[in-house]
Amino acid sequence: MTETKPKRRKSTRKAPAKQRSKAVCGAELPPVIGQWFRQRGWAPRVHQLKLLEQGKLRRPTLLIAPTGAGKTLAGFLPSLADLIASDGSAERKGAGLHTLYLSPLKALAVDVARNLTTPLEEMGLQISVETRSGDTSAAKRQRQRKRPPDILMTTPEQLALLLSNEDAEYLFADLKTIILDELHALTATKRGDLLSLGLARLRKLAPDALCIGLSATVARPSELRSYLVEQSEPETAMTMADLVEVAGGVEPDIEILETEGALPWSGHTSRYAVPDLYAQIKTHRLTLLFVNTRSQAELLFQELWRNNDDDLPIGLHHGSLDAGQRRKVEAAMAAGALKAVVCTSTLDLGIDWGDIDLVINVGAPKGASRLIQRIGRANHRLDEPSKALLVPANRFEVLECRAALEAARDGTQDAVLNRTGTLDVLAQHVMCVACSGPFYPDDLYEEVRSASPYANLKRADFERVIEFVSTGGYALRSYERFARLRIEDSGMLRLAHPRLAQQHRLNIGTIVDAPMIKVRLVGRKGNAKSGRPKALAGGKVLGEIDEYFAGELKHGDAFVFAGQVLRYEGLRETELYVSKAFSRDPIIPSYPGGKFPLSTHLASRVRRMLSDGETSSALPTPVAEWLGIQSERSVLPAPNEVLVETFPRGQKHYLVAYPFEGRLAHQTLGMLLTRRLQRAGVQPLGFVANDYALSVWCAKPLNDCIEQGVVDVDALFEQDMLGDDLDAWLAESNLMKRTFRMCAVIAGLIERRHPGKTKSGRQMTASSDLIFEVLQRHDPHHILLQAAWADASTGLLDIGRLGEFLERVQGRIRHVALDQVSPLSVPILLEIGRESIHGSTADELLREASLEMLAEGEFE
Amino acid sequence: MLELKPERFELSDYGSQPIAISGKAFVADMSGALYWPAEKMLIVADLHLGKGTAFAVRGTQMLPPYDTRDTLLRLVRVIDAYDVKTVVALGDSFHDSKSFEFMNEDDRKILTVLQDERDWIWINGNHDPEIAEQAGGSRADQLELGGLVLRHEPRIGPVTHEIAGHLHPAAKVSLYGHSIRRPCFIGNSRRLIMPAFGSYTGGLNVLDQAFSPLFGNDGFSVWLLGDDGLYPVATRRLGPDRG
Repeated sequence: MTETKPKRRKSTRKAPAKQRSKAVCGAELPPVIGQWFRQRGWAPRVHQLKLLEQGKLRRPTLLIAPTGAGKTLAGFLPSLADLIASDGSAERKGAGLHTLYLSPLKALAVDVARNLTTPLEEMGLQISVETRSGDTSAAKRQRQRKRPPDILMTTPEQLALLLSNEDAEYLFADLKTIILDELHALTATKRGDLLSLGLARLRKLAPDALCIGLSATVARPSELRSYLVEQSEPETAMTMADLVEVAGGVEPDIEILETEGALPWSGHTSRYAVPDLYAQIKTHRLTLLFVNTRSQAELLFQELWRNNDDDLPIGLHHGSLDAGQRRKVEAAMAAGALKAVVCTSTLDLGIDWGDIDLVINVGAPKGASRLIQRIGRANHRLDEPSKALLVPANRFEVLECRAALEAARDGTQDAVLNRTGTLDVLAQHVMCVACSGPFYPDDLYEEVRSASPYANLKRADFERVIEFVSTGGYALRSYERFARLRIEDSGMLRLAHPRLAQQHRLNIGTIVDAPMIKVRLVGRKGNAKSGRPKALAGGKVLGEIDEYFAGELKHGDAFVFAGQVLRYEGLRETELYVSKAFSRDPIIPSYPGGKFPLSTHLASRVRRMLSDGETSSALPTPVAEWLGIQSERSVLPAPNEVLVETFPRGQKHYLVAYPFEGRLAHQTLGMLLTRRLQRAGVQPLGFVANDYALSVWCAKPLNDCIEQGVVDVDALFEQDMLGDDLDAWLAESNLMKRTFRMCAVIAGLIERRHPGKTKSGRQMTASSDLIFEVLQRHDPHHILLQAAWADASTGLLDIGRLGEFLERVQGRIRHVALDQVSPLSVPILLEIGRESIHGSTADELLREASLEMLAEGEFE
Repeated sequence: MLELKPERFELSDYGSQPIAISGKAFVADMSGALYWPAEKMLIVADLHLGKGTAFAVRGTQMLPPYDTRDTLLRLVRVIDAYDVKTVVALGDSFHDSKSFEFMNEDDRKILTVLQDERDWIWINGNHDPEIAEQAGGSRADQLELGGLVLRHEPRIGPVTHEIAGHLHPAAKVSLYGHSIRRPCFIGNSRRLIMPAFGSYTGGLNVLDQAFSPLFGNDGFSVWLLGDDGLYPVATRRLGPDRG
């Protein structure tokens, strides 16, 4: 075994000598590293030597390798070789920073730093390694800018901060290598956009720096390869880094849980499977249980402990928990003190925290790539199969789990849409550049376009972004005299006031979280004798919850958080005080986001599976029977069709469609269908959507209306619904307002924080909604509205995907009129009432509240 | 469960609501303005003209400068909808002392046209203790009319016969697990606090302490401003912003 990452864990593995003979091509290890390898009986892997050679040739490179291949060390080898060769004698132009390592997670940077420091010490090398994050002390951060280490490990946000300083040129002047870890997790996001612009800047400050990207297997490596290098001719050609790819390891051992218990029709809790899960935990060393949302994590954790007759040490890990709590769980995992950990995607990425021998994915994985990442957590070594168990929460999820399993076996990945860099992020970067010093717009335009996400940026859009940063970019040019950027005689743009730089640095970053409230554990409030409430102060911080959820709680409510049942004691400013409680029926907090929609790739596999009789024989009996009855009573649609069923039930008439395009696209489609049905006069009453289907219910008999030609099913799904109907709906949509708020914060229109005071989230929300409304009425083509629209198309509304769907199904709509509920529609119908009903506007709710009062005669 | 009931697709008579204060009949409009038919008077509170621009003047944020125009155009619409002889702006009509100076030429014209052929009274507020001469109209600290006092800041205590602004009242209504927060009129039969009319004005929850000395134990009613109407809502449906 050619173990490359030094680890603390007791090893039970042997090093197969045969691999050594393969390690002949490429450059040779520097002697001191070679000796260190030999002392451990290890040999460098082919790709590690290949990277070394790429470093010697100074060729930018993307290394794609599965987890456990020694990817990270490979990434550092060129730097180490260079540092050893120069031995501190290299000529300096600046501060002397040699290598910059960037990772999407702060924790990953810390972990990798630790894993690098130990071998460096063992080799007796005088190479300094430091991390930098928001937690690093101000003094240390200050010192790092003057006297940086040889290798600095940090995050994209910290890079943006460093680049906004006037001394950025000095700090990065000697930079030789940039290493981007877990690149696949970054590129298709706004953080990736920001990082790409930071890289473009670094290429200007340190033209000789070599860029190395590390990534898990992806569907389209060319996008990552072009991300790493300068796009010198953005109009005509795509420049790419070299690719070094390591073939996948041993095929993972994946199974879908087969349970004795009944398989639920709908829902997401997987509560039915808890005894089976507990049995699995018992028979493995360390089990990771992945769930899709934080509320599911809290719920599953509660359920497991309810079944925990043997008092097994089971931990909880998710993004809302206090960092200290999370570190504790991570340390306990590493020390082998835990049997199982329930976690969300916070543990998706390549951190190594213990000897995990089973990964359980509870609920459908939603995407093939995510599943492969998660499975990689088990047996973090290349030569042994990872063991994983998929637990479908309901019948549709059985299909999805099978699709994911087949995708994993075929080694196929979800393709990510070609990324176009967003304009709000560009606005932030322009301000960042201005903070570091004056610039020529022409130069900056060329520089920005050298970043692959912005290769197609139009000059006109760039100018509008500059306008926006300078004066807000409004058609009504009323802020020229207050411009934040001033044009000098030379044509350079300069920041109008240094105070603006200070303000900008507090607003850097692309993650705009929902406002969060700290949860503090205190004693029970109130003294029984005096009857006087105890002061709410102090108390241990358990983590943070969404402000919205905190606002819905009442005094005395019991809820689950951080794996405990807690009682609401009081809320002061940004802190929620709680005490321990005992309740049989606590509330599970809801968290925004975290619910991924079903990926396009898995969706098409599920569609194929539905129509394919052969695969259905491989399905568990209840599911196969269910589909069998469906094909008798209605039909199973062909993969290129969309099935639309209409039937009466009770006093209502239902339309159920099965596009399999994910919850977000279905919600948008549901809203648009409702508008059309309303116009057709069939009186739609409400709708509900999940990942697989959507249902609209109406007061008028749909079957008759369709037969009489009052409603034309084909016309209902015509593509032009994405025009006026969508615009009209978006104008009042809360999702659109939320999207706008994020863009406004990222672009710096609305401040996250002011020096010395934190603006409360609610104030920010209220004012951004007002700004959105006013802007829409008076400047509908404003660049921020354009940015928000582009975001909504790919994000919360998934308009892009809906558009593709509508195009694909033109003329392929299979309508079936039934006289009763179809088997396939049962899961979505069961979600009515469970999920909140979409489509009710604020005014309808107010009218309802008002009517209710009038009926009670409360008002004269 | 909330469903879209068919009858609710038709706009019913929610555009305005009758309100009686100290025996006088008023019409509260969904725009946030108050009409006094007997006096042919329209009352609006807290216009905060120039609020967006004030941020740019201070060099902090370049907020869209359209709030002034937006506020004025909404004012045009509500003045057109009623027979208005007199307009009373109940204070904080201008966001700060520089607001009129930085007001756009077109916006000033709208204001001039509105003041044509009718009386215009600026009541002084804490944001605008002095209003530029060029803003037209007349100025007063308060206005006494028909046994009622119209002033900017409400007097502490269960004062009667008063119409005021200043507090920017808003209410949060929760129903079926959804909640909506909107500006509102709050009052009883003896006094009324008006919502802020300005486009960038936020709101203070009526359950906030600031409101308790005003209504004491007398109780109050609220009328929420929706997109299509003005909605009286039972006070037990109201919730605080947090907790």
